[in-house]
Amino acid sequence: MSLTEKTKIIEAKNLVKKYGELTAVDGISFHVNAGEFFGFLGPNGAGKTTTMKMIYGFSPVSQGELKIFGMSPQDDLRNIKRKIGVAPQDMSLDPDLTVIQNLQIFARYFDLTKEQTEKKCEELLNFFHLKEKATQPIDHLSGGMKRRLLVARALINDPEILILDEPTTGLDPQSRRVMWERLDDLKKKGVTILLTTHYMDEAEELCDRIVVIDYGKIIEEGNPKQLIQKHGVKNLEDLFLKLTGKGLRD
Amino acid sequence: MTESISWKYAFKVWYRDFLVWTRYWWTSLFGALGEPVLYFVGFGYGLGALIKEVEGVPYLEFLAPALICSAIMHSASFETTYSSYTRMEIQKTFHSIAMTPVSVREVVVGEILWGATKSLLSGGVMFAAIAIMGLVHSPMALFAIPVLIITALLFSSLGMLMTSFARDYDFFTYYITLGLEPMFIFSGTFFPTHSLPPLVQRLTWLLPLSHPISITRGLFSGKIVEGFWISLLWISVLTIAIFRWSIRRMENRLVV
Repeated sequence: MSLTEKTKIIEAKNLVKKYGELTAVDGISFHVNAGEFFGFLGPNGAGKTTTMKMIYGFSPVSQGELKIFGMSPQDDLRNIKRKIGVAPQDMSLDPDLTVIQNLQIFARYFDLTKEQTEKKCEELLNFFHLKEKATQPIDHLSGGMKRRLLVARALINDPEILILDEPTTGLDPQSRRVMWERLDDLKKKGVTILLTTHYMDEAEELCDRIVVIDYGKIIEEGNPKQLIQKHGVKNLEDLFLKLTGKGLRD
Repeated sequence: MTESISWKYAFKVWYRDFLVWTRYWWTSLFGALGEPVLYFVGFGYGLGALIKEVEGVPYLEFLAPALICSAIMHSASFETTYSSYTRMEIQKTFHSIAMTPVSVREVVVGEILWGATKSLLSGGVMFAAIAIMGLVHSPMALFAIPVLIITALLFSSLGMLMTSFARDYDFFTYYITLGLEPMFIFSGTFFPTHSLPPLVQRLTWLLPLSHPISITRGLFSGKIVEGFWISLLWISVLTIAIFRWSIRRMENRLVV
């Protein structure tokens, strides 16, 4: 499959995820184009993380169709996972290993050679300002550094799709800025990025296209700026509250 | 999840655990050997002074092979219960590995293989120490090695099966006090099982630890014990069954 501008790299049709009686994702359809920065927005429990998990195979699809690079996670999970990088919501860095070992061990899972691993680690540690911390254990890192390492680790295999589940939660404004810059650089390199976030300014700044999901359904989709115009609101945050209401969800 | 297991990827998971172990191997071995050494000295010499011979061998020689088996049981069990559970639930290591080309199934297999390896490292050190002390009387003792490998895999898999049921750490306390410790006592570690009432004797046969103990004990003094092959078959079948069951349960727990 050639990855030209308009190639649909992820395609979901009437995607459903049920946990017993509970329907977490209720028939959503969307697609992500190659090279796009795509935002998945919604309140807590809306079905964002579940959708992400279906994409990287952690959650089998209950109904509907999901294709990543034209392949289904049910049949071709290993081949899909070779080409995606995931920075999950929970801090799942390996606390038993050092910063560089966290990258090296991931390189191993992706079958990188020793030379490739060395080169890639060097590059990623520089790119994410982690060089000085290379041989430190994980608990010596600040929150911002940990997040950056989590994204660095997700990039070890030069993924075509980078999945980021709330990458800036708990970061100070400086750290967020650094993260945004790095993500922007990646987009320029042609990486397709799938982002979930609770920060509407972040989505407005970074995303080419967003979907707003609530109660497992997509309630709005489009380019952030055009959506703001369409609904006559000040910013994405106002749009979000207008669409999903002001009631607490958790 | 119909994909089959790639051993290559399972060993990458094994290597992750090994790499971590290399950082604290000394403490790990020391910790694992503390308890069996204590039993060895306390019971072997203490009780051994009172009991001259059991089944035709000095008490220390009777006890030594059993303590290798039980050390393997304890070490493998701890690794795939407390340690694996921590990696799964607290550190999220299983999840992050499964985001790479490695499957959930291979993560679990790698963990079981590591639990077995780690226990064999402690068991191996004990084996060597016992041989150096002159308590091994036959080169046939070397045939015990494959039996010890099966023992390691058996208890490593059983630990993983327990982990698949566990909702918190307390669950393992039950497994250890109600499962492993009675097995340790009643599998013929300290006294021959034939001194027990006939019904209890028959029940001890079901305990997986009793078989490696009787086989190893026999081989250490150059004998193939009665029921050798049936014991070997029983623990092999049990190992395969529990290995497969634990993988299936873990997969169902992790991929939802």
